[in-house]
Amino acid sequence: MKTEGKNLKRIRIAPFITILIFLGLGMVGIMAGEVRRVLEQAVQVCLSCIGIG
Amino acid sequence: MTLLVNGSWSFPYTRTIYQGPLKVVCSPGLNCYSCPAATTYCPIGSIQQLMAGIRIALENGQNFFGLYVIGTMGVLGGVFGRLICGWACPFGLIQELLHKIPSRKFRIPQKLNYIKYGLLLFFVFLLPLAVVDDFGYGQLWFCKYVCPAGTLEAGIPMLLLQPSLAQTIGIVFFNKLTILIGFIIWSILASRPFCRTTCPLGAFYSFFKSLKLIKLRYIEENCTHCEACHTVCPMGVRFNESPEDAECISCLKCMDKACKFNAITLEIAGLPIGGRSITRVVAPTE
Repeated sequence: MKTEGKNLKRIRIAPFITILIFLGLGMVGIMAGEVRRVLEQAVQVCLSCIGIG
Repeated sequence: MTLLVNGSWSFPYTRTIYQGPLKVVCSPGLNCYSCPAATTYCPIGSIQQLMAGIRIALENGQNFFGLYVIGTMGVLGGVFGRLICGWACPFGLIQELLHKIPSRKFRIPQKLNYIKYGLLLFFVFLLPLAVVDDFGYGQLWFCKYVCPAGTLEAGIPMLLLQPSLAQTIGIVFFNKLTILIGFIIWSILASRPFCRTTCPLGAFYSFFKSLKLIKLRYIEENCTHCEACHTVCPMGVRFNESPEDAECISCLKCMDKACKFNAITLEIAGLPIGGRSITRVVAPTE
């Protein structure tokens, strides 16, 4: 039971590393000015995207 | 969550989509940003837009490689993985509701699950990037030719809000309408067919099956192999045989509704949380 409890309560580090990597990628994108580009696209109705026009 | 990402209800008066600053926020699920009620951007739509315009952006000295969108998707994937499919996707919810309609039910062959990875690679990344017009701009292949969520959430509502658009519809719209009707019928007959076979966002999140922060854990010592978890899973996962299955959407049905022996628990970064006690249960012996 002691061993089982130890295994069940081991903290996994991999998710934190993964999140940090993608957080870093996102920050690079923000610094490159992608947020503004995403906003410009998202506030327009993309008619061809939805099959119209 | 569906209401949160579709929280703009002024469209009956404005007759167009929400255009405020919240549109820099990523929708965790597949939610078309051309939907009149959408308050967030769709990551799959945005990444295609960025891929399609990458040449023009680079020519203008803008280093737009989609890192903001990929980074956001990755953070969501790293924390939740496909739990988002189970709890935060509007189109997933629609499929769940459709499947409640009484009818004969069918299984989905597992081989079809791989289609979504091809769609993610080719229709979301490679084709928008590689096939460009004379001006160097690509197309949004998944949105334009496949996405039934876009037709349902944006195409049809925009036609109702702006009837003049009806003059511009053509074969592309009818192709997408046929795909939508196909998925509606398929969703009645089988559980979550779009999530399992077609959704590129689900395909992306499935890469985090082992890396995600919040996940279900299989406690082999407690499992009696009664296979009760197989029967309740909406994604066709056999949890006791494949606890880190890419199709698991962490809907918790196996944990809450099926397993009576505490063989399935929820964990955050390896630490069990909530639900039942994880103490070992002695399986009944014959």
